[in-house]
Amino acid sequence: MSNITASPAIGAPRSLSTGAIITALAVITVAALLPLMLSTYHLGLATEVLIFGLLAMSIDILAGFAGRTSLGHGAIFGVSTYVVVYAVMTAGLSPLVACLLGVLAATALGAVFGLLAVRTSGVYFLLLTLALGMIVWGICLRWTQVTGGENGLRGAIRPALLSDYRAFYWMVLAVTAVLSLAIWRFVRSPFGLTLRGIRDSDSRMRSLGYDVSLHLFIGFTVSGLFAGAAGAMYALFNSFVSPSTVAVSQSVEALLMTIAGGVGTLFGAFVGSAAIIALENIASSYTERWQTVLGVTFILIMIFAPEGIVGTIRALVARLKH
Amino acid sequence: MDRRKFLQTSGLTIAAAGFGISPWAARAADAPIKVGVLAPLTGVVASGGKEMVEGVQFFFEKQGNKVAGRPIELVIEDDGSNPDTSIQKARKLVEQGKVDFLIGNLLANTGLAVANYVKGTGTPYFIPIIAADDLTQRDRIKNVIRVAGYSASQFAHPLGDWALKKGYKKIVTVGQDYTFGHEQCGGLAQVFTEGGGQIVQQFWHPLNTADFSPYLGQIANMQVDAVFAMETGADATRFITQYASFGLKGKIPLLGAMNATDQSVIRTLGEECEGIVSAAHFAEGSDNPATAAFVKEYTAKYSKTPSLYGFSMYSGVMWVSKAIETLKGKLDDRSAFIDTVLKTELDNSPLGKTVKLDEYGNPIYDVYIREVKKAPNGKFWNVPVETYPAVSQFWKYDPATYMKQPPYSRNFQGIKKT
Repeated sequence: MSNITASPAIGAPRSLSTGAIITALAVITVAALLPLMLSTYHLGLATEVLIFGLLAMSIDILAGFAGRTSLGHGAIFGVSTYVVVYAVMTAGLSPLVACLLGVLAATALGAVFGLLAVRTSGVYFLLLTLALGMIVWGICLRWTQVTGGENGLRGAIRPALLSDYRAFYWMVLAVTAVLSLAIWRFVRSPFGLTLRGIRDSDSRMRSLGYDVSLHLFIGFTVSGLFAGAAGAMYALFNSFVSPSTVAVSQSVEALLMTIAGGVGTLFGAFVGSAAIIALENIASSYTERWQTVLGVTFILIMIFAPEGIVGTIRALVARLKH
Repeated sequence: MDRRKFLQTSGLTIAAAGFGISPWAARAADAPIKVGVLAPLTGVVASGGKEMVEGVQFFFEKQGNKVAGRPIELVIEDDGSNPDTSIQKARKLVEQGKVDFLIGNLLANTGLAVANYVKGTGTPYFIPIIAADDLTQRDRIKNVIRVAGYSASQFAHPLGDWALKKGYKKIVTVGQDYTFGHEQCGGLAQVFTEGGGQIVQQFWHPLNTADFSPYLGQIANMQVDAVFAMETGADATRFITQYASFGLKGKIPLLGAMNATDQSVIRTLGEECEGIVSAAHFAEGSDNPATAAFVKEYTAKYSKTPSLYGFSMYSGVMWVSKAIETLKGKLDDRSAFIDTVLKTELDNSPLGKTVKLDEYGNPIYDVYIREVKKAPNGKFWNVPVETYPAVSQFWKYDPATYMKQPPYSRNFQGIKKT
């Protein structure tokens, strides 16, 4: 039924091999050393790559493992950003409490989205999440007294401890690493296996006695939690939020990162996020038509590497091994 | 491809526009002054953004791309009409491009986002277009200066006063439902009602409204003395056209926010815009020799009458350049730079009058009440009919008292209770 996003790159669940552990540690070590090599601006971009990578990864939970492509995650992400900025600036809470509230709000919103969207699949799921995202955007735009309307909310919300751009990067890296591991563990759990079963055939899972709706609902809520964590870090990063953070374009961009990295590859999200953020910032230095460059790149990826960057590399590696 | 053309003709090293790192680590006296220009070159307000860049380029080209003996290096970035992109680009210009100052942005939300960022870095940031009142009032940031710009309610105050003098008793306002609209309508409403006028009704409509007939139909039967329209861009074009086609033109006088009759709007319009009255510091149809000369030169170069965007950015960089001249090109001491800009009085701008900043970094202008009339070339332009001298953003109020009232919003329009 809903196999539009089913990725051939995923085989049976594998146990954690030594190779994987070494790779993960190597990547984290390199990432942790980046602040010593990069300028503040590039480190800012790297921070953004991590934050958006986490958002793209949260989309991948649904897109890659439950076969449900969401276009509402930008809104979930942005609501967390809104809550954090509002909680610190208007309610005067501490940034830590604000972040927890932000994640909580995003999780709750994910649950609401989930309740409404679990009955659908395929393009209907896409449209429903898109519509829900639009509602959130509309509220943020018009509820001026709380959200600041078009102008958004702003203020210095980063705690003094993290005011240094390096410290902040390391914090984001640590949080992202832990959460990615959690996501990785989540999709490989028996629960994650059930999600995959639903992706491949929800009617079969239903006849086997699984509660498909409940699984999808929990999957969506958990995905909302991770998107919310990314949104809270984004609030600390930018100290600013406006309706463009919850807009459809945000959801689309995050989904494109997932697709560019490779749906169902999980860690491909970071590759996709790095590729898109780098492209946006490099291309825009040379031409004001950078969005065209971005569009053409996507078309090329779709034609020549439909499984995304990481998906294609995995396929190549697998072919070399044989 | 204006930007490409500029890069070629300017003859400047533009390595910094690339992804590379600036080769000039130490700044010699003749090292270039790096100017970070943020303008919306894509997105909903892209046409205004292009004119902003033109204004900057026009000024520096006339200076031979040199100020105080130092060459000028422009680094232009597209803010995409989006606040998140604006912060990202501002970061890029400041942290990687190491620009000496930032100038630009069009939409209030992009300006507010960048202002919040430079609050932390201390980078001088000039905003000739961003009108959000509070940036030079309640939430003032010292390194954010509105050179050659104006705060949203600044010109609406005298327009309210002029409406009273004209004998209008009842006004209805139609405005775009966002902060810029609330602030302009609020400025007019406060002065008008405090002087004994009555705001009969206020209509708020979302940005990009295609059909104004629901409002115009009601206005036709309201028996008001005038209509105040706070519109920008395509909304302004549509409102003015529909106002005329509803047969209201000539029956109920139409007052506009300065953006409603800006050249960027009325350039494409015909007689339907004739007679609209607005208030502003700049009137392209003024017979002031300095204004006339600027309009003539600009029109010759870009084949269009300058709009607010081109004019403001031109005057904005002129203002900053004058401060740089005073400092003899030494910009290393940022606080000295900011203080000098704040003290600089601009005497040779296209306004043809000396302009200075108030203590809050917002200019004090002689404000024209302008009327749209037919220009010699058959197009329409704004011609001054009356002048209010030395109008600050606080109108006749005491700044401290004024800032104690809440900022204008949909819920607070400063309307005096009777």
